[in-house]
Amino acid sequence: MSGIRLLVGTKKGAFICTSDSKRKKWNIEGPIFTGWDIFHLKGSPVDPNRIYASQTSDWFGQVIQRSDDGGKTWHQPGTPPGEATTTPEGFPKGESNKFVYDTSAETGKPLTTHQWYDGTQHPWEFKRVWHLEPSLSDPDVVYAGVEDAAIFRSTDAGKSWHEMPGLRGHGTGPQWTPGAGGMGLHTIIIDPTNHDRMFVAISAAGSFRTDDGGKNWKPINRGLRSEHIPNPTAEVGHCVHRIAQHRARPNTLFMQKHWDVMRTDDAGDNWYEVSGNLPSDFGFPIEVHAHEPDTVYVVPIQADSSRFPCEGKLRVYRSRTGGNEWEPLTRGLPQEHCYVNVLRDATSVDKLDPCGIYFGTTGGQVYASADSGDSWTAVAEHLPSVVSVEAQMLA
Amino acid sequence: MDTNAAKKIRVVLPYHLRLLAHVGGEVQLDVVEPITQRAVLDALERRYPMLCGTIRDQTSGKRRPFLRYYACQEDLSLESPDNPLPAAVAGGAEPFLIIGAIAGG
Repeated sequence: MSGIRLLVGTKKGAFICTSDSKRKKWNIEGPIFTGWDIFHLKGSPVDPNRIYASQTSDWFGQVIQRSDDGGKTWHQPGTPPGEATTTPEGFPKGESNKFVYDTSAETGKPLTTHQWYDGTQHPWEFKRVWHLEPSLSDPDVVYAGVEDAAIFRSTDAGKSWHEMPGLRGHGTGPQWTPGAGGMGLHTIIIDPTNHDRMFVAISAAGSFRTDDGGKNWKPINRGLRSEHIPNPTAEVGHCVHRIAQHRARPNTLFMQKHWDVMRTDDAGDNWYEVSGNLPSDFGFPIEVHAHEPDTVYVVPIQADSSRFPCEGKLRVYRSRTGGNEWEPLTRGLPQEHCYVNVLRDATSVDKLDPCGIYFGTTGGQVYASADSGDSWTAVAEHLPSVVSVEAQMLA
Repeated sequence: MDTNAAKKIRVVLPYHLRLLAHVGGEVQLDVVEPITQRAVLDALERRYPMLCGTIRDQTSGKRRPFLRYYACQEDLSLESPDNPLPAAVAGGAEPFLIIGAIAGG
């Protein structure tokens, strides 16, 4: 019997919620990695029991964790439980915590600074992994989007990491600027029909695309307009919050920007606004229905200065027309005195029919809908602040 | 005098790093003289590679800003990493303490 596993990353650890395909009753396990920021967990689409997790801390830095049994046990790649963590000579076996920017002349076109808040140039400094994106074809290959913005790849199941330097080095890097939350690469999308094509998004630089497996990248921000930057239509500098794609229509992408909900039908070469009748076009997450490429979900919040649902009502908005025409989804969600937020990686969809959709809030609630958003139930109500949610299909 | 003799050095880790390293109380390390911060931390990371990067930055080797080093009721955080640690630490009478900043206000 098929089921669903939700991987929930929070400010104080990770939780794993499981249910059968009815998605009514949920079992919650956790916290795992108690007390740490778990920015993201994601399972391999090839092997759902292979799960990667980003465990991070302002005190202790970055740790990558991996489970090979669906989250029952975890280890840092390179140091399986019960095995010695060092070689007989005493050297570490793995380097799973090591994210070092490529500055080699051969591959890196050394790039050492980006723009700081005050307009001066500032060295690139690794802080944490915001997002992990397992390969669509190989469970040992996984990509990491990091702060300060860069993309890393591991081809040995997370034991070692190497920057894909063509992104930082393609030319606009010195113009990238952190947002208040840092300069993180938070979105990685691998084109399901062409694995050499990938999309990434960075706050606050914009969106970028590679067509050759990550060697070369280019900005894809034409059509975006951001009034808070000196040139509102600049090639880079846009605070893109999240991008989503439907696998059946890979050239169509939907974007939640700092303000504005956007759409492209040519793989990012040109964007146009589809905010339509939303009560606010500010928000963080955006998702596409698993089976309907024109059905899109956002969670509007009032403003960048007021990061809570409009009118204190927690409403998911759904468009069934690919944008512009949006309807509020409210059944089962609090409709008064609600002042939580939903962060960019804290929504997910499953592939059951009808499609399930999930989101977590900064107030520690996780909500599930088993009917494409028509109604919602709480999976959990008192977790730590939720940073990320990923839904996995179980056979 | 044999300057390459290994000494038993006691190290106290903060709670989260003890969990990460799968250790309980203090850890005891064999450290070759001279006994310095760098020598102790190098030995710690060799024995517990999962701690690499959690105490010192992987690239610069600098102490992470929310951590401090103490021993013998003294703050050694700003000492040169190559200065000798107090004799009581080198002799195993006192531990080398790695302390996390208090997460409060």
